[in-house]
Amino acid sequence: MSRAAPGSVLEIFRVFNRLALQGFGGVLPVARHVLVDEEGWLDADDFVEMLAIAQVMPGPNVVNLALMVGHRHFGLRGALGALGGMMLMPALLVIGLAVLYGRLASHPIAVNAVRGMAAVSAGLITSTGLKMVPTLFRSPMGRSLALGLAVATALGMLWLHLPLLVVVLVIGGLGWALAWRGTST
Amino acid sequence: MSWGALLALFGYFASLSLVTIGGAIATAPGMHRFLVDQNAWLTDTQFTASIALAQAAPGPNVLFVTVLGWNLAGPLGALATTAGIMGPSSVLVLLASRWVQEHRERRGVKSFKTGLAPLTVGLTFATGCILVLPFLRGAEGITLGAVIVIAATILLNQQTRISPAWLVLAGGVIGALGLV
Repeated sequence: MSRAAPGSVLEIFRVFNRLALQGFGGVLPVARHVLVDEEGWLDADDFVEMLAIAQVMPGPNVVNLALMVGHRHFGLRGALGALGGMMLMPALLVIGLAVLYGRLASHPIAVNAVRGMAAVSAGLITSTGLKMVPTLFRSPMGRSLALGLAVATALGMLWLHLPLLVVVLVIGGLGWALAWRGTST
Repeated sequence: MSWGALLALFGYFASLSLVTIGGAIATAPGMHRFLVDQNAWLTDTQFTASIALAQAAPGPNVLFVTVLGWNLAGPLGALATTAGIMGPSSVLVLLASRWVQEHRERRGVKSFKTGLAPLTVGLTFATGCILVLPFLRGAEGITLGAVIVIAATILLNQQTRISPAWLVLAGGVIGALGLV
């Protein structure tokens, strides 16, 4: 169970605004850091479970996650607050950058800096995947089956290059069935 | 751009919204066909630059759609494409979120959430690997700097509570020095 909760829609807006603006090259690692470690609105298992739903729904994972967290606390207003926080300032910022882009893009220092930032974001997303592994140890289907399905997912994507939809349907369906069997009524 | 064209733009992105499972970037080839090939509203370079820019900038990567709209028709264009891509999927997520919250004690809902966890972990890890790989087998072979930076990132993120934003900024500085 999560230990803390947002006090108002404005706080939801501020927190999602803050984490979106910190998310260079991917918001997911910052979202986990802020929601789980800093604010404590979600515990580690909550985060994985909500992200699971966010990932299999259409729309960007992190935006779906924001909508769901906002909705959980203040209904539609909370969801809109989270969505606004996530999108508004970053949209203005990226448009500003687009206007400046012509001058920045050709500069070798800017190109190298972006490359360095991209390397770190790549490492962060990998690391976020690893941080979610302990949740699998507590899976109702048992730890070895849960770990096996996670490894199968990664191999299906990286090695077999299966279409995402196939991986989602097969592993998702299998996982649901196995968890159903291990869940008491 | 005329109101009719803006409406067509909104309609096209709204039609893509419900198939953006795994992120809007998955539908980029379709957008390219519509904006560059069929209507010639954008050049190839403008299209690619919009994606690169939104990925480097803070915030969700879906903002590349906002940049595409801005390059097409300024503020109204940005609004049309962003509202289109986000609208239908957001409504669906809210409906699902409400339903899940109301029925969270059901066996089917509980097992859905816990049963999908392995998929989520595997997908997130695979996404990270797909982004890491180009650094390991770049045109100029393996860059030692990139390997060290990526390994240090994973180590620091696992072992400390330093905010990821600081790590990314440090990566920018190390990159600017030409070390990655």
